[in-house]
Amino acid sequence: MSAGARPGFAMPGGAVAPEPEVTPDDDGAPPLLAPDAVVDLAAERSATGVDDVLAALDSELVGLAPVKARIAEIAALLLVDRTRARFGITTAPPNLHMCFTGGPGTGKTTVALRMAGLLHRMGYLRRGHLVTVTRDDLVGQYVGHTAPKTRDVLKRAMGGVLFIDEAYYLHKAENERDYGSESIEILLQVMENHRDDVVVILAGYAAEMDVFFRSNPGMSSRIAHHITFPAYTADELEQIADRMADQLGYVFAADARPVLRDYLERRMARPRFANARSVRNAVERARLRQARRLVDGTDQRVDRDALTTIEAADLLASRVFDPHPGSSEPGERGTAGGGGSGTMLV
Amino acid sequence: MRITQGTFSHLPDLTAAEITAQIGYCLDNGWPLSVEFTDDPHPRNTYWEMWGLPMFDLADPAGVMLEVDACRTAHPDCYVKLNAYDARLGRQTTALSFIVQRPEPEPGFRLERHEGADRRITYTTTSYATDRPQGERYGPSPVAGKPR
Repeated sequence: MSAGARPGFAMPGGAVAPEPEVTPDDDGAPPLLAPDAVVDLAAERSATGVDDVLAALDSELVGLAPVKARIAEIAALLLVDRTRARFGITTAPPNLHMCFTGGPGTGKTTVALRMAGLLHRMGYLRRGHLVTVTRDDLVGQYVGHTAPKTRDVLKRAMGGVLFIDEAYYLHKAENERDYGSESIEILLQVMENHRDDVVVILAGYAAEMDVFFRSNPGMSSRIAHHITFPAYTADELEQIADRMADQLGYVFAADARPVLRDYLERRMARPRFANARSVRNAVERARLRQARRLVDGTDQRVDRDALTTIEAADLLASRVFDPHPGSSEPGERGTAGGGGSGTMLV
Repeated sequence: MRITQGTFSHLPDLTAAEITAQIGYCLDNGWPLSVEFTDDPHPRNTYWEMWGLPMFDLADPAGVMLEVDACRTAHPDCYVKLNAYDARLGRQTTALSFIVQRPEPEPGFRLERHEGADRRITYTTTSYATDRPQGERYGPSPVAGKPR
């Protein structure tokens, strides 16, 4: 009986979606190579398409040399493992759980996303999606709530990467009845037993993660790759600003360049500097000021250049150039103060 | 008597790899799956016990297999089935349903005949297993050494 001739299973009125292609995953693995065969690793590389991912990583992410080096190593290991498997040399799947430490805005989430794609291309992950969670998604609020919650998240992440942002919040040392440790136990168990199903990436600031690992030695030893994300230099931040502006369809005017450099250096010296995230905010604010300048300007006729160029004045209006903090930009400060007192009244 | 029902009733029991492949097919279609179990396998018993809630937002069969294995471990003497729901039509439609575990001795069904007015016969089937209370229907006999 053919599948098409089953009236009982037909959907009325063309609501039938086209059946997706089923790819049987157990259809005869290629025969093993002879012991004296020679494999061209370059051909293997291009077959997996991993070079595209690595090249994109290299060109689209500024700086991060140690991170890129480690990712290239992991890619090489997986490639060699695949080739070894073709000769019949079987190895246990490598431990690929990772920990990303680094300051805010150093690209931890972005790299995690790339990592999922890379591991999928290399055939290590079956789906290659990224599930981003924080403490809230893993830890429950009452007894018996945590285990199902954590298990649920892990099930969703299977076949991909589970990215736990601010992972050090999972363990609260000051409260021994905190449910976070229950969540960590389940995570450890799955990280050990379902190594080829899910890759867990923890992320957080270096100091806090150190404390976290000291109180959870089991977690530290189950993570093979501790990758430190260095802070960006002023040069790199300038490149990042260029790219962000370019993505938004803006360019910096020639006379704005030294100002941008000066701005970044001043910004880096200030507290709560968040690397690329601060740059993004700076570009966004320059965009606002540029729009304001164009709308309030005396000459209301604009051309394409005027619409896409960020002038030095747009950057110079920033608070970091203010020699006497606390005296200028009354509007911005006033709003912040008003918001503060408002919350106090409420 | 080997009880069969659902999508692959004409096939021998699926292996773990085959079950994983079927789950993968369901997930590729966007059908959430659920695990159910029972020790009352009467064909008209459509209400099996739910093993947790239907699993939404899963991407990979490994997550479903985790629950299947958990249910099998907790209820080794029960029938376990997987259902896949197709919400495309705006209502809960079972797209796929198949047994993934059966208890070892399956005693089968007794056919009962009731003679009514005018010697009219009505038929009913009763599982031999349901003669015993719920939870003791399959698995080792309560009287040690006594064959069933």
